[in-house]
Amino acid sequence: MICYAGIDSGSWNTKAVVIDVDGRVLGAAVARSGADLAAAAELTYAGALAKSGRTHDEVAAVWATGFGRDTVPFADGSRTELDCHGRGVAFYLTGPLVIVDIGGQDAKVIRLDAEGRRLSHRMNRKCAAGTGSFLDEIALRLGVDIQDLDALSRGATEELELSSFCTVFAGTELLTLIRTGKRPADLAMAAYRSLIKRVIAMDVFTGRVVATGGVVAFHPTMVTLLAQACRGEVVVPPHPQEIGAFGAALAARDAPASLMSDEMADEPAAVEDGGPGAE
Amino acid sequence: MSEAGRAPSGTSSGRGHATSPRVELASTGALRQTMDAYYRSLGDAAERGAAPVAWCSSAGPVELLRAFGFAVHFPENHAAMLGASRTANRYLPLAHAQGYSPDVCSYLASDIGANLAGESPLSAFGLHGVPQPDVLVFNTNQCRDVRDWFEWYGRKWSVPVIGISSPRAVDEVTDADVEGVARQIESLVRPLEDVAATRLDGSRLAAAMSASRDGSRLWAACLETAAQRPAPFTFFDGTIHMGPAVVLRGTPEAAAYYAILFAELEQRVQQGVAAVPGERLRLYWDGMPIWGRLRALATTFADFKTTVVASTYCNSWIYAELDPADSFRSMARASLELFIARSEQPKERYIERMVAFYGADGVVFHDCRTCSSNSNARYGMPQRLAERAGIPTLVLDGDVNDLRCFSDDQSRTNIEGFVEQLTDARAAGRERSRR
Repeated sequence: MICYAGIDSGSWNTKAVVIDVDGRVLGAAVARSGADLAAAAELTYAGALAKSGRTHDEVAAVWATGFGRDTVPFADGSRTELDCHGRGVAFYLTGPLVIVDIGGQDAKVIRLDAEGRRLSHRMNRKCAAGTGSFLDEIALRLGVDIQDLDALSRGATEELELSSFCTVFAGTELLTLIRTGKRPADLAMAAYRSLIKRVIAMDVFTGRVVATGGVVAFHPTMVTLLAQACRGEVVVPPHPQEIGAFGAALAARDAPASLMSDEMADEPAAVEDGGPGAE
Repeated sequence: MSEAGRAPSGTSSGRGHATSPRVELASTGALRQTMDAYYRSLGDAAERGAAPVAWCSSAGPVELLRAFGFAVHFPENHAAMLGASRTANRYLPLAHAQGYSPDVCSYLASDIGANLAGESPLSAFGLHGVPQPDVLVFNTNQCRDVRDWFEWYGRKWSVPVIGISSPRAVDEVTDADVEGVARQIESLVRPLEDVAATRLDGSRLAAAMSASRDGSRLWAACLETAAQRPAPFTFFDGTIHMGPAVVLRGTPEAAAYYAILFAELEQRVQQGVAAVPGERLRLYWDGMPIWGRLRALATTFADFKTTVVASTYCNSWIYAELDPADSFRSMARASLELFIARSEQPKERYIERMVAFYGADGVVFHDCRTCSSNSNARYGMPQRLAERAGIPTLVLDGDVNDLRCFSDDQSRTNIEGFVEQLTDARAAGRERSRR
């Protein structure tokens, strides 16, 4: 039986999803991307296939997405994570949508129209604040495992503020608060609030807000805080961490109709480095 | 699925096309000769005393300096050479250590840093560093940084720093604005006469004005060829071929070069030669180039069959309305009407007109970390253009010279995502019209 696969080669984790022709998820796998992105892609693909009960020969096409989308050696095509997150979410939810994706390395806000077409996107600046890396840094400072940060924050009783724009400065600020005897639970919650503040400054959140990404999957407090900040409901689609890989699998399935699927020639523009007149 | 090892073919990445064919401009040889001659003339002036040397900001009153016979060095051009050769980041820390913040102009900081290091790309043209000036002349119509930059050198070499404090964020240019700036330009005559040890010759000024106007008109004509489909010339080509428009403004050599370039571009138009073969999308660029990533960005856009057809940047050296019969006032008006000197509204209207003129599918705004003066994404313009005029926009974070402020991967994803968005929207439009 024909099926399709998508690989999301992310900065922290690589995700793979296998779907059937109707878009049903048959298998999924996640592994750390590490230093060998191709190996992580192979590993997760094999894992997702094993869970799907399908064989490699049954997979009609594999498409890749994510920061390492060009390093997946067996991919038949690629789309950006901006496209694939939108595509994956639009499969489950009708627009207009504002998708907030918080990944390990970057945060994205993707706007889709009623038909699920992308209207615009925003990415965070070259900076860790507002991304999963920020939470890793905070967990490290608090001496807790990143997986335990969400549970820790649920014991918060005092509203504290981390106001620095910069992750390094926020870390210093955290140390100051620790020195003054503030509780780790309150500090963990302050870190989540700080991250949400950065994210909601990226765009105007009107319409239906959807949260995706590994950070959302493992830090549900973020969803609660995002909903408070947006003054409305925030929807989390099925398998939020693998939604990009799922979108890539949908792109693989829809490839014949894909507008980008024809071959790109390898002819860049004529330009030399060297400065004005230095060609 | 296809066999393992097959390269992605969807939005196929194509990172690093070291062997890809490029569409060369034959004029490049003439460009190189023109620029070589200019740099060597600077050496003759500075190191063999052939002429007095003036430094001028790129939007400064260079025609006046030509009239006095100064050899003119443009520090912004020098800084762009540091950026394009990716040596700027070697020099930036040296200026930062002198108290120039990493947040101020990275042209300024890399140029001063290179001077502190005793190095210059001009050594390739036989100079022993930047040509030591007899006077430095700024115009703040573009930013305050040019003055701060020049004053560092003024202190170092104890030479006069003079200039024009031109209004910024100009809405509509009024006669009063023009009169004020014209008087400031005129007031430079006396100190320049003292430095050059000669009186201003009106006929030489008129000749420089004519040369400046003629060169500008030809440069504008070259840039405007990119309105054709396919575009024969890109923003990235423009950043290279604008050299004479900047450093030879007010000389016949600039016009001579642009006559050659224009003839070639006209030929390309007639023959349907595309700068980006297979052009599918056309974008307009706002803001500074990212000098150290010119080739990488040109390749990225070309990978996606997208031509960056024109820019606010390359169009900033068009002084087509200079009037030799009314030198000071027409110089003042040109200085005030410059894109970078204008307020949000005229800038927004200008970009909208240019998008229509060049048939662009969208606008890429470069938010240049250390150049707030020439970053137009900071007061809501991309959002206004998208919402009010329906022009899709993308903001790229980067910097003119400080590559620490630029992320290759993030920029590529941003660009690729924008191309996907525009391509999908175009296809959806076609689908709607078919129905």
